[in-house]
Amino acid sequence: MRLLNRSAGRLSQHRRGPLAGLVVLLLGLLLTGGLYTVLAPAQAQKAESDAELVAKGRELFLVGCSFCHGQNGEGISTARPGYQIGPSLVGVGAAAVDFQVGTGRMPMAQPGAQVPRKEVQYSEEEIAALAAYVASLGPGPAIPSEQDYSLEGLSEEEREEAVVRGGQIFLTNCTACHNFDGSGGAMPQGGYAPQVRGVEPKYIYEAMLTGPQAMDNFTNGNLSPEMKRDVIAYLQSLETTPEYGGFGMGGIGPVAEGLFAWLVGIGSLVGFAVWIAAHTTRTSKDKVEA
Amino acid sequence: MSDHTPSTVPSQGDGHGAQVATMHEADPIADPGVHPHQWRPTDVDERAAKRAERQVASLFGLSAVFAILFCVAYFTLEIGDNHDTFLGMGASTVALGTSFGAALLLIGVGIIQWARKLMGDQEIVEMRHPAHSTDEDRDKVLADLKTGIEESGIVRRTLVRNSLLGAVGMLGLPAVVLLRDLGPTPGQVVGEYEGAGLEHTLWTEGMRVVRDVVGTPIKASDLEVGDLVNAEPAAIFETDEHGEHLIEGVELQIAKSKAALILLRMEPDDITPGRGRENWTVDGIVAYSKICTHVGCPISLNERTTHHLLCPCHQSTFDLADSGRVVFGPAARALPQLPLAVDEEGYLVAQSDFTEPVGPSYWERG
Amino acid sequence: MDTTKIASTNGTTAATTGRPSPLAGVGTWADERLGLATAMKKQIRKVFPDHWSFMLGEIALWSFVVLLLSGVFLTLWFTPSMAEIQYEGSYDQLRGIHMSEAYASTLNISFDVRGGLLMRQMHHWAAMLFIAAMLVHLMRVFLTGAFRKPRELNWVIGGVLILLGIVEGFAGYSLPDDLLSGTGLRIADGLVKATPVVGTYMSFFMFGGEFPGELIIPRLYIAHVLLIPGLILALIAAHMLLLVYHKHTQWPGPGRTEQNVVGYPLLPVYAAKAGGFFFIVFGVCATMGGLLAINPVWKYGPYDPSKVTAGSQPDWYMGIAEGLLRIMPGWETHIFGVTISWNVFLPGQIAPVALLMMVLAWPFLEAWVTGDKREHHLLQRPRNAPTRTAFLAAMITAYGLLWAAGGNDILALKFNLNLNYITYFMRVAIFVVPVLVFFLARRWCISLQRHDNEVLLHGYETGIIMRSPEGGYSERHLPISTERAYSLTARDRDVVVPDPQPTDGQGVRDKGYPVRKLRARLSQGMFANNVQKPTTSELEEAHHHAEHEHELEHASGMDRPADGHQFDGHADHTPDEAPLRGH
Repeated sequence: MRLLNRSAGRLSQHRRGPLAGLVVLLLGLLLTGGLYTVLAPAQAQKAESDAELVAKGRELFLVGCSFCHGQNGEGISTARPGYQIGPSLVGVGAAAVDFQVGTGRMPMAQPGAQVPRKEVQYSEEEIAALAAYVASLGPGPAIPSEQDYSLEGLSEEEREEAVVRGGQIFLTNCTACHNFDGSGGAMPQGGYAPQVRGVEPKYIYEAMLTGPQAMDNFTNGNLSPEMKRDVIAYLQSLETTPEYGGFGMGGIGPVAEGLFAWLVGIGSLVGFAVWIAAHTTRTSKDKVEA
Repeated sequence: MSDHTPSTVPSQGDGHGAQVATMHEADPIADPGVHPHQWRPTDVDERAAKRAERQVASLFGLSAVFAILFCVAYFTLEIGDNHDTFLGMGASTVALGTSFGAALLLIGVGIIQWARKLMGDQEIVEMRHPAHSTDEDRDKVLADLKTGIEESGIVRRTLVRNSLLGAVGMLGLPAVVLLRDLGPTPGQVVGEYEGAGLEHTLWTEGMRVVRDVVGTPIKASDLEVGDLVNAEPAAIFETDEHGEHLIEGVELQIAKSKAALILLRMEPDDITPGRGRENWTVDGIVAYSKICTHVGCPISLNERTTHHLLCPCHQSTFDLADSGRVVFGPAARALPQLPLAVDEEGYLVAQSDFTEPVGPSYWERG
Repeated sequence: MDTTKIASTNGTTAATTGRPSPLAGVGTWADERLGLATAMKKQIRKVFPDHWSFMLGEIALWSFVVLLLSGVFLTLWFTPSMAEIQYEGSYDQLRGIHMSEAYASTLNISFDVRGGLLMRQMHHWAAMLFIAAMLVHLMRVFLTGAFRKPRELNWVIGGVLILLGIVEGFAGYSLPDDLLSGTGLRIADGLVKATPVVGTYMSFFMFGGEFPGELIIPRLYIAHVLLIPGLILALIAAHMLLLVYHKHTQWPGPGRTEQNVVGYPLLPVYAAKAGGFFFIVFGVCATMGGLLAINPVWKYGPYDPSKVTAGSQPDWYMGIAEGLLRIMPGWETHIFGVTISWNVFLPGQIAPVALLMMVLAWPFLEAWVTGDKREHHLLQRPRNAPTRTAFLAAMITAYGLLWAAGGNDILALKFNLNLNYITYFMRVAIFVVPVLVFFLARRWCISLQRHDNEVLLHGYETGIIMRSPEGGYSERHLPISTERAYSLTARDRDVVVPDPQPTDGQGVRDKGYPVRKLRARLSQGMFANNVQKPTTSELEEAHHHAEHEHELEHASGMDRPADGHQFDGHADHTPDEAPLRGH
């Protein structure tokens, strides 16, 4: 990592050497060839592998999930009406599985006010299998692809507009819970809106799409796919933007600032005052008068 | 020493061990007097003094170096479009702050060190004087005051005095009246612009509910259960033929501060409709004012599972499935609900304005 | 030690001038026109006592100077206008957005003026330190009884300065017109509207119409840069003049009396220390401004009444009002067609002022109860005024609890707590915990007083365990130095007012009896449990006892009191030569 980085705050960066065109051409050729060799046989087996994937997913589901969500993902209710051990997964779609399992929230370690993000328990293939199985239970949102949330293909100007618009959508719909810096916030009865700063774009997209846990949905009829893409673009832009004013103290606003004013500011100044008024060392020698 | 005679009444023991002896007793231990002065190493050792001198001078010298570094940083580190960064922070601010801070701190530490090590440090004694003037001075001033007052006749000539007091008192009126045009009264603004006044907002019958920021209308069928939309009245986004917004600037801010809306779709069975509010929802879609009834923060922290809406400012919590009833926190009134309907194209519209004032309570709200 | 060297001057040799000094020339020129010599003759070598706690007010003074300097810099670019413009500056994420000129110019200072962001952050940090330092200074003055006669007026001036500082801070917080500023103003609007009878009129007059209007920022601006700083400056001047006139208080100690002040002269030592401290305060503000990002307005975005962020808090000094607002239950009265919003009016307008007034009124209550009309220039150690110290401890506790309540969402988030439970806890704790702290602190002070007497009468604990010939163990105590003993006893005895008689000698009922009785009760509550310093006879008896013990030891074959140094070559000290640390 370079210590001093020029022009980091810009959204657009033109860094093109004279050989860049040639390199891109070569890379493109290599990539096309490589992709063809990988994908061509796979397509031939696709229909077959889908069913296999679902079957594999069902196996994993029965072992890891069915205890709370039921043998067929129908959910398990408690004796108290309206409350569930695990909700029904029919119709939640592959996106919900990818989010919950991919961020380690599922499987749940223990019941609580909120399921925290933790270490991921399944491999990528296993998550794909689980997602395929749950998606087969009923129609629901699919896992978004990278095109859904990347700004590829937009002109310079359109990108800037997307980021600005995304910022306004973020401040209107998201900051109330997740805070202006994406640091998260408290919710009633022990719940909380988790930190979204530094979260992978795919999971942010899936969270908006599926409304995990107590979060509201922002389905495509609510926030259009472009609006979601813009929000993600804004969050990404915040990450590449430097902390202009120095250390951000957690990005949680004035409470942390007050704490630092007292601990660092008043603390150090009182320390200086003690030093200023402290007595210096004395000697037992007498001064020889000139 | 301080063997003051107290002006308080003599005390008596009260059984709590307050052993209050006579106050005239001299201090139990005699004042040993100011501690004799002891020399510092820098006072008696010329080499130590020279060393301290060099130390202080190098602090000052280092400070000058930092002042120059500040100027270098000022002219070399870019801000604005090509912001230089340092460890992910704004390089200019960090460099300017640390160099400026170091330059100042070094001067400060140098001066203190100079005072501590090299300046004369013998404690000296200065006598205090009572805060009050001499009795003679005080008597003179009082006598002068008395003479002056008598000569003015302010005590005797009550008519002059009282009429002057009355006249000066009256001057308070212009002073207060002058402030009258600080602003209109709440009644005066009504009708001045769309949705003016404490009891009105921009919402009118048939006005479309649109998404905030982008201004697109909302089809009831677009929303799924659990969707939460931050919405505004369509009037906020209306433009004239040149694409200029009809409502902008201060009017826009006032309009938004009252008309902002929370739209939530929930299972219709979950809703406990308030009396007279049975037809205010559309397929489980409810609309509430986004302005907290406590002190007016916009609220949109909704828990999909409980339909509880939390205010981030003071944590008032409202139940959106139950007419916006307060379930927690300092707010006293339920969130005002907006009656919803759909127009012929299937878009959500308001049936009317809010049926009660939105935002914080006030005296004449009733 | 040659005590004659403690002269009224630090000079060791007379200044020998070979030629007329330029200083004298300038001095004469100035004096012939201004006649300053008479006024200054007593001031140049004016004595200030040295103690770290006497420099806390200086932090406030110097951070105010930093505020003036950085504030002037900011005014060169800031535009106090709510007119709407489209942003075209260099912060990408907001380019093209409509915003007020105030917010746009704040962004301009942050991103397009070199050093502008540093100055903004220095200004903000200095503001936080200004009010914090004033409060710490208030605590010092309160705990040491420095507010007593003749300094009551300066105490009141200080209290007004704190109030003005808070208002000034809130005005500054509101100026950038970012999302937090606007949310703060919106809450202020709610507080004003909750005022009985005239609330809505006050709100409309404040904002020049309906919230937010377009006048509040220009109005707050002129208050922030002219009106309130002018008042603060004038009051600081009065505060300092009174300080010079009264001369600084000092801690009791050898040679320190109610009639003198012992310390270092203004020129050179005190001027150097104060001047050096100015640079240090300035330097700390600059370093904090350069390294710690405060109030990143660009992330909040311009104010929009329909937006809000989690973690919407005021700056720390408004924390108690915020906490009170959060923990207040939702009480509202609807009667005769009007609404009284207790839930906003009480915590927002009444309670914070009442809390500050309680602290400010204490010195007058105390003076009335003791009836003490003497001047006091020697400070009291906090332990020697247990009730007063406990009262402030309780107030600080209440302040801290409310501050925590004002950040309950941050606490809930960072410590995985339940937001609602914090609020429930605080609703009870705000009444219970300060009371507990009061009694605890009072007990603690009294036991510290006991300990002082213990040390005076029986000496300090040496940590040396002695075994007697009978096999019993005891700890060796050695007498403290005379200087320390004097410092410990240089305090007044407390006087408790006895209960008055309801009737006079002839059986006529005393009209002032209830008031007198209240005073007696308060006096007993404040002072009756305090431990008084030992009397001369008690001290003599204790010393006699100690000498007797020494004799016994002598008789039992010990040449001298064992002090733990019999075998390590340091045994040639007597307690007086090697006193305890301190003066």
